[in-house]
Amino acid sequence: MNTLSKNRLFQRNEFWLLCLLIVLSLTVGAVNGAFWSANNLFSLFKSTIVTGIFALGVFLVIVSGGIDISFPAFAVFSFYITVKFLLSIKYTGTILLPFLMSMTFGACLGLVNALLLSSFQLAPLIVTLGTGSAVTGFLRAFVGTATLSNLPQPLIDFSRWNIYKKTLADGSIVSFSGAFLILLVLAILIHVMMKRTTLGRGIYAIGGDEVAAKRVGFNVKRLRLFVYSFTGALAGIAGIIHCSLIRLANPRDLEGAEMEVIAAVVLGGASLTGGKGSVAGTLLGVALIVLIKGSLILVGVPSDWQKVVIGLVLITATGLTAWRSRRSDEGGRA
Amino acid sequence: MSKTLIKLTDIDKSFGAASVLRKVSLQLDEGEIHCLAGENGSGKSTLIKIISGVYRHDAGRIELGGRHYPTLRPIDAIREGVQVIYQDFSLFPNLTVAENLALSDQVESGRAWVSWQRVEAIARESLALIGVDMDTSRLVEELPVSGKQLVAIARAVYCNARVIIMDEPTTTLTDREIASLFALIRRLKERGIATLFVSHKMREMLDITERITILRNGEKVAEGRTEDFDEAGITRAMTGRDIRSDRYVWNGVRSDPVLELRDFTRTGDFQGLNLSLYKGEIVGITGLLGSGRTELAETLFGLRNTRERPGGEKNSGKILRNGREIKVRSVSDAIAEGIAYVPEDRLTEGIFAEQPIERNLFANSYPRFKNALGLLDRAKLRELSSALIRAYNVVASNLKLPIRTLSGGNQQKVMLARWISTGAEVLLLNGPTVGVDVGARFEIYRKLREIAAGGVGILLFSDELQELISNCNRIFVINRGRFTHELDTGALQEDELSALLGLSLEEAIQ
Ligand SMILES: Nc1ncnc2c1ncn2[C@@H]1O[C@H](COP(=O)(O)OP(=O)(O)OP(=O)(O)O)[C@@H](O)[C@H]1O
Ligand SMILES: [Mg+2]
Repeated sequence: MNTLSKNRLFQRNEFWLLCLLIVLSLTVGAVNGAFWSANNLFSLFKSTIVTGIFALGVFLVIVSGGIDISFPAFAVFSFYITVKFLLSIKYTGTILLPFLMSMTFGACLGLVNALLLSSFQLAPLIVTLGTGSAVTGFLRAFVGTATLSNLPQPLIDFSRWNIYKKTLADGSIVSFSGAFLILLVLAILIHVMMKRTTLGRGIYAIGGDEVAAKRVGFNVKRLRLFVYSFTGALAGIAGIIHCSLIRLANPRDLEGAEMEVIAAVVLGGASLTGGKGSVAGTLLGVALIVLIKGSLILVGVPSDWQKVVIGLVLITATGLTAWRSRRSDEGGRA
Repeated sequence: MSKTLIKLTDIDKSFGAASVLRKVSLQLDEGEIHCLAGENGSGKSTLIKIISGVYRHDAGRIELGGRHYPTLRPIDAIREGVQVIYQDFSLFPNLTVAENLALSDQVESGRAWVSWQRVEAIARESLALIGVDMDTSRLVEELPVSGKQLVAIARAVYCNARVIIMDEPTTTLTDREIASLFALIRRLKERGIATLFVSHKMREMLDITERITILRNGEKVAEGRTEDFDEAGITRAMTGRDIRSDRYVWNGVRSDPVLELRDFTRTGDFQGLNLSLYKGEIVGITGLLGSGRTELAETLFGLRNTRERPGGEKNSGKILRNGREIKVRSVSDAIAEGIAYVPEDRLTEGIFAEQPIERNLFANSYPRFKNALGLLDRAKLRELSSALIRAYNVVASNLKLPIRTLSGGNQQKVMLARWISTGAEVLLLNGPTVGVDVGARFEIYRKLREIAAGGVGILLFSDELQELISNCNRIFVINRGRFTHELDTGALQEDELSALLGLSLEEAIQ
């Protein structure tokens, strides 16, 4: 038993991810010293915010045994309508309303996913593929295709919110975006929920075995409703933050973001068959993807290669997980 | 006089037009160990599902704990202390043992927060209730079948079980594990917990139960105290006829073996095995768990070679087919060399649960059904599948239905028919009658002899001694990866063989 717990650390996905992250950082740093500049590091952190919040949502869905590829569409829908509405009323109040609005739109769309899933017993991949596409189409056909660059003042103020800011000797400015705190708070919240509440354990349970979960007394349908709406809400939040940080509301934004986010979550140790994964792993997965994307240029890899590298990393990571679980299977048999 | 926990009177049940149970009655008292026996498809599992509220009965009376339930819901059954150990155990593979044990309490108590100390305490307490010690921090998916079963039982007992119902709990266990399961059932009895279980193994029925209820074709044909039954009586009640088993006699000549092993070794699994299998022989290979029995079978079929671990496990020695040395590196090698294998765990390895019975029958022999155009010859396929279904006595109403609608034993027969019908010259069978009823067993034995008579050499890997003695002409005993004995079955008695195996069930229980 003792050796078991000693081995546990090395069996943990998080441990290996952390090692990989460190090795990768050291390598990139060795090739190009600019990697360690505050400017680069802060901008890497900034890039994790939106991907990270998306990933937390996808993590929940994947743990519950489902999948969601509609979230980028939901995010765009939510922030675009929110911005358009706020502009039309010339809103100047606090940042709270934009957030709440975008989050609510996202949650409602997520709810639609869950209702479709449970009432027609369809595969989540198909349902979310459908709703994602429908929502995108609806947005462009009925709401607008114009990119809005004159965001309401509260969103502009939000993008300027920094928890650290300094003007360097050469006149350049380094700053650490305050929005990162939102990612942190959400991550802690979800971590506690998943580890410490019956709700969270229920999400793991339905991902492990839905029938067994039903027999134990979980309300599987209600858990699903929660998971998909929560993921939708997170998409709404990520959306509005994204739009604020880039100071643009572009209805064609975030196309293809799902691939990167799902890659991060799977890399973080969540199993696509459900029931496995952790918030810490998810964040590490996000960090890894962001690091790879942000550093390839620093080490001289053309940006077209980013997708190739991310694809390879994804295949390698899932391949490794599958290989490890097959090995432990054999151990159990022997 | 002990209390009656379950009283079923004149239960009827049909699925659509098919009547599955007719006027079945059953009574179970406190602390009673009761066996439900019957041929495959006789309605045992259906009856269990009615007791646990999963299926609604069409007519008859259900009383649990003295209360009459006109319509019994699963929750009612649970409140009355009826706990079913499902064949898949209904556990969460991704969660730890501790959490699996504590989860239903967590949900039922309506707590919003999880206290991991409490989870651990509940887990310890549940395991203590059944007198078992295990590492509660392991994931359930890492446990062997017997471990999962223990977790499921501990969970049931913790949920105030008064009756534990198990549908064929021993089919996937080894002898030793079965013995400790029975020891556990007896401990539960002392606490007043009754056990109702389904089994196809005579030994188990006679050894451990106090009462037996026998179903045939959806009707109760016999019920009584176990002392009043013997093997022949049970068989007669189940099948409605007498089945006599005669021993298999081989009259062939010992020349030109179809399969030969010379110093066959796979480090860590088995060493220096020598064996010649002649045309028409049925040779048994038996040994305890971990003796190398299954490992040998899997290696011969190319299942193990592909998974060589870096530890340096290697095959050495030779395999000869008709005197020619062959290499079996993969399953396709084995099939190409005319070797077929019926795996031990047929219900999880290679069954396509949602696919029609017909497709399951031919999953590995489609290439044989090409017509002149190279397309599937459907007419031939249909004809052959009906013939196979008849030959193996599969009780099925329609071959187009998914195989999961068949009773467990009938699924087993379909799998067996599939593998045997590939037309191989060497047939490896691993536990071919697990979960198959007596009647059907004899059909299978008859079939095997027929195949052997056609010139096929059969290796029968099994731990059912009676099965080996009456169907093999020779038996090899394997122990720690070596053949320790080669026996002619001519006058071999079961207790001799069991002594050689170093195990008797009785002994292990005590
Ligand atoms: N859901 C269902 N729909 C239609 N027929 C069913 C269904 N479940 C069972 N049956 C039929 O009812 C009969 C009894 O099945 P049951 O599973 O109770 O048999 P069993 O006695 O448990 O057999 P075994 O020993 O093979 O497990 C079988 O003929 C089976 O095909
Ligand atoms: Mg059954």
